[in-house]
Amino acid sequence: MTNSWNDIKNTDLVLIMGGNAAEAHPCGFKWVTEAKANNGAKLIVVDPRFTRSAAVADVYAPIRPGTDIAFLAGVMRYLLSNNKIHQEYVKAFTNAAFIVKEGFAFNDGLFAGFDADRKAYADRSTWDYELDEQGMAKVDETLQNPRCAINLLKAHVERYTPEMVERITGTPKAKFLQICEMIATTSVPDRTMTSMYALGWTQHTTGAQNIRSMAMIQLLLGNMGMPGGGVNALRGHSNVQGITDLALLSTSTPGYLVLPNDREATYADYMKPRAFKPLRPGQTSYWQNYEKFFVSQQKALFGTAATKDNDWAYDYLPKFDTSYDVLKMVDMMAAGQMNGLFCQGLNIMLASPDKTKVMTGLAKLKWMVVIDPLETETARFWENHGEFNNVDPKSIQTEIIQLPASAYAEEEGSATNSSRVIMWHWKAADGPGESRSDIEIVSDLHLRLKALYAKDGGAFPDPIVKLTWNYTRPRHPDPAEVLKEMNGYALEDLPDPADPGKVLLRAGQLLPSFALMRADGKTSGGIWIYTGVYTEAGNMSMRRDASDPTGLGIYPKWGFSWPANRRVLYNRASADPSGKPWSERKKYVWWNGSRWTGGDVPDYAPTVAPDKAVGPFIMNQEGTARLFARAAMPDGPFPEHYEPMDAYIANPLHPKVSTNPVVRVFAADAKSFGTPDKFPIVATSYRLAEHFHYWTKNVHDNAVLQPELFVEMGERLAKAKDIQNGDWVEISSQRGAIKAKACVTKRIRPIMVDGKPCDVLGLPIHYGFIGFARKAHPMNVLTPSVGDASVNTPEYKAFLVDVKKTTPPAQPAVA
Amino acid sequence: MAVTRRQFMTVSAAGLAASSVGALGFVGAGDALAAGVRPFKLERATETRNACPYCAVACGVLVYSLGDKSKNAKSSIIHVEGDPDHPVNRGTLCARGAASLGYIHSANRLKYPMHRKPGTDKFERVSWDFAMERIAKLMKEDRDKNFIAKNRDGVTVNRWLSTGFFGGSSLSNEAGYLTYKFVRSTGILGFEDQARI
Amino acid sequence: MATLQSLDIRRRSASTEAPPQIRSTIEVAKLIDVSKCIGCKACQAACLEWNDLKQEIGYFEGTYDNPTDLTPASWTVMRFTEYEHGDDLEWLIRKDGCMHCDDPGCLTACPAPGAIVQYTNGIVDFVSENCIGCGYCVKGCPFNIPRISKVDRKAYKCTLCSDRVAVGQAPACAKACPTQAIYFGSKADMIAHAENRVVDLKSRGFKNAGLYDPPGVGGTHVMYVLHHADKPSLYAGLPDDPEISPMVGLWKGVMKPISLAAIAFAGVFGFLHYITKGPNEVSEADQRKGDDLAGGKHS
Repeated sequence: MTNSWNDIKNTDLVLIMGGNAAEAHPCGFKWVTEAKANNGAKLIVVDPRFTRSAAVADVYAPIRPGTDIAFLAGVMRYLLSNNKIHQEYVKAFTNAAFIVKEGFAFNDGLFAGFDADRKAYADRSTWDYELDEQGMAKVDETLQNPRCAINLLKAHVERYTPEMVERITGTPKAKFLQICEMIATTSVPDRTMTSMYALGWTQHTTGAQNIRSMAMIQLLLGNMGMPGGGVNALRGHSNVQGITDLALLSTSTPGYLVLPNDREATYADYMKPRAFKPLRPGQTSYWQNYEKFFVSQQKALFGTAATKDNDWAYDYLPKFDTSYDVLKMVDMMAAGQMNGLFCQGLNIMLASPDKTKVMTGLAKLKWMVVIDPLETETARFWENHGEFNNVDPKSIQTEIIQLPASAYAEEEGSATNSSRVIMWHWKAADGPGESRSDIEIVSDLHLRLKALYAKDGGAFPDPIVKLTWNYTRPRHPDPAEVLKEMNGYALEDLPDPADPGKVLLRAGQLLPSFALMRADGKTSGGIWIYTGVYTEAGNMSMRRDASDPTGLGIYPKWGFSWPANRRVLYNRASADPSGKPWSERKKYVWWNGSRWTGGDVPDYAPTVAPDKAVGPFIMNQEGTARLFARAAMPDGPFPEHYEPMDAYIANPLHPKVSTNPVVRVFAADAKSFGTPDKFPIVATSYRLAEHFHYWTKNVHDNAVLQPELFVEMGERLAKAKDIQNGDWVEISSQRGAIKAKACVTKRIRPIMVDGKPCDVLGLPIHYGFIGFARKAHPMNVLTPSVGDASVNTPEYKAFLVDVKKTTPPAQPAVA
Repeated sequence: MAVTRRQFMTVSAAGLAASSVGALGFVGAGDALAAGVRPFKLERATETRNACPYCAVACGVLVYSLGDKSKNAKSSIIHVEGDPDHPVNRGTLCARGAASLGYIHSANRLKYPMHRKPGTDKFERVSWDFAMERIAKLMKEDRDKNFIAKNRDGVTVNRWLSTGFFGGSSLSNEAGYLTYKFVRSTGILGFEDQARI
Repeated sequence: MATLQSLDIRRRSASTEAPPQIRSTIEVAKLIDVSKCIGCKACQAACLEWNDLKQEIGYFEGTYDNPTDLTPASWTVMRFTEYEHGDDLEWLIRKDGCMHCDDPGCLTACPAPGAIVQYTNGIVDFVSENCIGCGYCVKGCPFNIPRISKVDRKAYKCTLCSDRVAVGQAPACAKACPTQAIYFGSKADMIAHAENRVVDLKSRGFKNAGLYDPPGVGGTHVMYVLHHADKPSLYAGLPDDPEISPMVGLWKGVMKPISLAAIAFAGVFGFLHYITKGPNEVSEADQRKGDDLAGGKHS
């Protein structure tokens, strides 16, 4: 979230699209109801289904799954052509005026530089600004140049007329225009809109571009950095924000640094493209500090083994040739290219698409370790559960070790919520039986492996043997000690660069801010964005001062919000270029004549005057936000509508390039996509308020509240297929078939797409063959093993199926 | 509302037996039997502040446990409700959080390390020591055999691709950071959390 | 009176005199704002957990209502109604459960002394020790709320968390509710709050928004804010104008003397048996009759 859960109460308009906050995040959704009740806010919900969020919305519009970009590009067209944008904000804080290179073009569904053989934009050199002799980007403040980013954007979205939006999305034109008008009301300085999204936007082959589209809308409206504004990702698991910050990811390292790749043979190669020189005069380009963060991290990981002479143990890190994300790993497993697998609290059997492929992969592993508080389908994939998991244990040679982990309330430590607030929690009781905490399990494994390599040697033992593990109790590290290591500290006395006689920090003292991190090995810190969470003043994540002096829901002394305890990102943009609030009503951070003030931590040093200060978007080299993404996205600098891989229609905009042209499709999956002649119904997957992922089917009360898998379908489809409410039906896709009970509802509205009736059905994800809820076919039997072009998030939200009446499952669904 | 004959008959018949209780003058006995409200079950339970394990609203919760943490009282969690001080949830919880006591005490919680040998149809209980020794051995065997020190172009890449690690996303930051260190130090690149799925 | 110090009793079932009161306490109420309800069932979960209730796991029955009805172990359930009018659809979600009537039909109908009590704060509570499982409360309730357990033959329903209220806490459902669709406080405060909500709803086009505090039962200590207060029955059959069945008045007024006059040996024996041997051995005949009266609604 760029803003926070509490900040939602400051908004005037909530757009829930690509998510279902009332159902997936009810206690966060409370701030929507607060905004409605106390701020006169309106709520718009755009969703294929009339959800529980829609139940309390002022306006609901249906949309065909997988067509969000068409809708959002249509909104952009409306705002630009009706001049409902925040002109001054857009000029000052976005790259609207930047001039784009001549070679950049978009024709028939493809941007410049496409290589058809490699299915990639091999040459993205034109996706950039014209530079002057000093290497600075050229701008035309008058916005007259047709190559200005905003003019190119206008031309790009011109095709998304309300008629085209209706044709692609199925959203009735009148509803679409009503929503456009409501959104447009927030282009004025004293009104804001907030966007709340989740996996409904990410789980598409155009996932990252869905979110980018909304970021662009919020920039056009001047809603970024504003109270009640922002683009707010409603994260899934309780600490998925923290775990992502900490880079339990294939190609990242903690704090959104990037792991080296094969082209970066040396440390110098690695650092060269990370100089991040400013592209506009006077800008800061904060990533210029990259090396300070990287070196400090290497010192935290490898201690004295990371020296300037060995390039800070650069070779201790693996280099990647490609992304080994979940889809790639499953593909490798299924191809017999993997031997071992750890599943630590992740039920991959249900979580990854195309269950049949996952099963094939798991059965080809030599061994698997499952670390979990609960029984999972993954740990028991070899067990026969009738038609829900029809396997022969004898034929499965995978050795499995299942380790009981303690859970919630049974351990202490910090976690980071969706608002980026790091908060401590305390232990209430021991876990059951012999269960152990993840910290103990991981520590034990590491120490055993370290001992084996120290004793026997083996393949490149250094990073294992030299990894720092110097905790007071190495087998049971105290979480507070670990958090200190993450925060970082001075390894030597740090002299003040401005006054060498003065010492900023003594050796061993905790860093109060990442501004003190150094690239010379004198500081250590595991994750720079968390620096400040544990200082000499104590553990900031334990702070529980619930005061809110401004009344804006900032709570500056509750926990610690990364970065630098900033609660709303880009808050400099809440004031105009001269530092004056855009409006009294939306006053947040402003220049009072001598310093930046307000209830939040400003984006940069509070004493730098507005005329000397850099732009609010300090992580970008140009200091502005980007309407034109440059080469940052693999599938284009502007968002474009592409059909899901299970394409329901030929893309009306460019039928020859119907789907996202740069999507990664594994050879094994080339024939796994469905076509509408065989599978004429659009399906989507979703979560229910009563359940969390695949956990709560193991909780009696949650099983009571939603006991059994069902499939939701509209009355038109049910009638056509002669299906009554509660009937058993079979749902089939190109990947496989499952059975579920029909839930025939008015809440899936009949829509028309490309001139024809389009039927949509929806399946909740939560059921499987383990737990107290009724046994069910895992629904990921149906979903395609393909992901977003940018980050490979699986396309769970839009796929094609057929449905017909059937008999109950062979094994009666008895708990 | 008119009273039908059938209703009248039913009332009459049932009234015969049941109405006698009060009417026969046992009000005093009833008084003696009158119970107060159910005793408040948390009165001296130990309160611990934690966070809901499910979604990333990460609501503050108050976890109530049996016993006062004295030497001879084994803590057992008996109730969970929202933390009213927490700025985000202000004491509220959803259907998952409000039922999370059932997760803590789920009959499907794992209690012991278990081992399934290839081709068999059951898990067998093993000791932690056996399990951890076995895992370390399996890891080292596979890593030593399949570790890639250099790619085809001779670039040092130091990666291990034949083993992967799916990490949890409800771990604490500290557990996550230690997991990162442990996994990254081995050269594993197949590394994924729950952010995408 | 030790156990009653925190919640003084205004009325007891099957008792001729009301206990004299020397204290005056505030009346409490729970306000259920249907317009803010997202149907997340947090209230149901909180109720099950707080009251240590073990509801059986059911099946998908073609609806989000789970369980599909109130049971002895589910004292509140969400009732979902898809209301289509013209091109518009509303998903009306109502939390169903005891309304804690100011003039409680269950208490009036109950023949067991002290099995149902009404505290001075307005809460109507079932005292299981005194319950004979006859089911009259079910018949007497205009909202069809109490359910008789097959396990212990007692009547059960929402207590408004009298144990929590007694120590100054809000009911478990109200505390949990993520969107303040359940609000708890003094009845006067709840009415004032409801008035503001009605203004907001009217500004959003719900011309008939209003408070449901039905006078037919003397008002209730669980009230609803409805977007369509002119048509309560839209919300899964919420009674438009609830009142205590005339049958209840009848048995109290006319039937009782007749019944007394016709008391059979078995009846007296049954009652004495109950007093001396305890509730589990209450005559099966009473129970069956109670079951019949309750319309076979229990599980």
